[in-house]
Amino acid sequence: MTSNSYPRINAAKFDHAGINRKIREAGGVCEIYGCLGERFIGAGLEAGDIKIDGVPGNALGAYLNGAHITVSGDAQDAVGDTMNDGEIIVHGSIGDAAGYAMRGGRIFVRGDAGYRAGIHMKEYKSKRPVLVIGGKCGSFLGEYQAGGIIVVLGLTENEKPIVSNFPGTGMHGGMMLLRSDCRDIRFPKNVTARPASPGDMAEVEEIIDDYCRIFKIDKKALLDAPFTKVVPDSKNPYKQMYVAN
Amino acid sequence: MADLFIYPEFEVVRNKDRCIACRVCERQCSNGVHSYDEECGVMVSDEARCVDCQRCVSLCPTRALKIVKSDCTFRENANWQADTIKEIYKQANSGGVLLSSMGNPKPLPVYWDRILINASQVTNPSIDPLREPMETRVFLGKKPRAIERGEDGKLKDNLTPQLELSMPVMFSAMSYGSISYNAHKSLAEAASRLGIYYNTGEGGLHEDFYVYGPNTVVQVASGRFGVHADYLDAGAAIEIKMGQGAKPGIGGHLPGTKIVGDVSRTRMIPEGSDAISPAPHHDIYSIEDLRQLVYSLKEATQYKKPVIVKVAAVHNIAAIASGIARSGADIIAIDGFRGGTGAAPTRIRDNVGIPIELALAACDTRLREEGIRNDVSLVVGGSIRSASDVVKAIALGADACYIATAALLALGCHLCRTCQTGLCNWGIATQRPELVKRLNPELGAERLYNLMTAWRHEIMELLGGMGINSIETLRGNRLMLRGVNMTEKELEILGISHAGE
Repeated sequence: MTSNSYPRINAAKFDHAGINRKIREAGGVCEIYGCLGERFIGAGLEAGDIKIDGVPGNALGAYLNGAHITVSGDAQDAVGDTMNDGEIIVHGSIGDAAGYAMRGGRIFVRGDAGYRAGIHMKEYKSKRPVLVIGGKCGSFLGEYQAGGIIVVLGLTENEKPIVSNFPGTGMHGGMMLLRSDCRDIRFPKNVTARPASPGDMAEVEEIIDDYCRIFKIDKKALLDAPFTKVVPDSKNPYKQMYVAN
Repeated sequence: MADLFIYPEFEVVRNKDRCIACRVCERQCSNGVHSYDEECGVMVSDEARCVDCQRCVSLCPTRALKIVKSDCTFRENANWQADTIKEIYKQANSGGVLLSSMGNPKPLPVYWDRILINASQVTNPSIDPLREPMETRVFLGKKPRAIERGEDGKLKDNLTPQLELSMPVMFSAMSYGSISYNAHKSLAEAASRLGIYYNTGEGGLHEDFYVYGPNTVVQVASGRFGVHADYLDAGAAIEIKMGQGAKPGIGGHLPGTKIVGDVSRTRMIPEGSDAISPAPHHDIYSIEDLRQLVYSLKEATQYKKPVIVKVAAVHNIAAIASGIARSGADIIAIDGFRGGTGAAPTRIRDNVGIPIELALAACDTRLREEGIRNDVSLVVGGSIRSASDVVKAIALGADACYIATAALLALGCHLCRTCQTGLCNWGIATQRPELVKRLNPELGAERLYNLMTAWRHEIMELLGGMGINSIETLRGNRLMLRGVNMTEKELEILGISHAGE
């Protein structure tokens, strides 16, 4: 993924403030190498294209506002925290709380995600965030999800279920699409999980196409599996709980 | 609304000799208390609907109305008081969690009222603020530990971003949604004219109010509503809300019925969808995690803005404050258990958290002991009611105070404590256009300006009386305070002597 034309930044020479300063100096277009856990890379960045060689630290692309970030390796926690627009592509796996409260843009992960992926994702009018996890997810996937689309493909081959415990707890908007019949998954009472219809699949076709293109995956083989769609039963899940005093 | 077992709490007393049946009361009451009986040609009342907001009383042109507490009582019982009995009936009737508004109304100690302020006599002259210059300005933010000089001997500017306040008071967080557009506009306009700050709360910043950015604190809470780059850039400071005095340990929940029109647009969520702020920030489990959020915000705004971390006053607050001071935050805001709210579960509001006076003294003491007091500024709220409360807070160690209930009172709030209904007759805690327009934002701003100007003068008089001519000299100057009606332990925590000592 080396792009000879991009200015190169040696992550080892700077702290996070220094890296972000160099990114801004480069107009957002650069390649960062030797990355070893440096946090907040690309925070709030509006435009640009950042290629990262190594493992960026927590809060990669926090408040991202339009820029593109590609990571060759893994990324840590809170990828795309409160992201508003842009794209983050991770060729490895990511840590916990990816896409926390993201409102727009897209995150594509080749591998697995930790706990609480897509927590409190939300959408508004034309802004509809997309989080795609190619592998498997930890517990609390889509907790409090209020909007947007979460797709989990479960391509990692191991004994684990496609998502761990409590997916969709407190979910009150948006949708999840899981590439599994989900027979072994226990969903909370506030959501409905059912086999995805051709219409549901059509809704995510562009997302699946992009995932296959980015990570060079055979789309036909990918689609040759059952998919489950998860949606909330109500956008007012706590309506009846109170009495005026 | 009416419960079979509950007799209405208030009585509408209508003086028939004065009532001209003009029906103003009927038009003014969003709760539907008043109506006109065509047949008899008189006004009648449904008292079960009355919340004692005093709107009809204030607007009745002939002063024919008053609202009084009903003297219909349960059999007297010191243990089972009327409120407790009624709460049982309400819950037995509905199965719901009791929901209340505004601050804790219980008769728990108000320490401000047990603290008395010093004045100069004979040995140290008092100062007359009408004649002498007095400094009420304060700067909030981390202060450098040492003066640094360059090789040329000139001072290096090593000051991190500061908030400059003309007086040590700010309007604390109230979201657009919990309060109306006109209420927000009043606060923003007043803050701008006064040279202080108001706070967006967790509801985003309405596009019309970006012009007030230099006097705005923008809040980031667990739901991250309305948070995006422009919003962060617009404010003079960013506040991370970890907790709120009225409801420590729980999140916020603005029902979908209030997410309409501009509120929906400002929060950036669809109309009718509940706005749920989870109880915790799900990415914060430690001081290190808090540090991550502090620095992600600083990175996103290029270190140009101070970051405030707001917490509720709870047990061990001093240790918590110490952690926050080490997280990279510039300002710690502590909210006491009497702080107001648009809606909170009654049990939490009335039973969780501790008084701000004790929390403040404990935090200031701890930060001093650890040698990190100047790494942060302390802002306290949770029922600051007057200029003397402000002066006492500063002397206990605060840099500034947050006020909200006092500000709403200035706008016309009558503390009926039913904000959660969204039917505020004063146009404050409502989104109904016909109610919102009752609050004139120009007049609202003027009233807030008046209140703060009056407080500023009172602060100067109190300062002058002590022979002090600047707020900075008062800060943490606990020798200026004495306690009455307190135990040794209370005095010890407050770090003040008893009156007479």
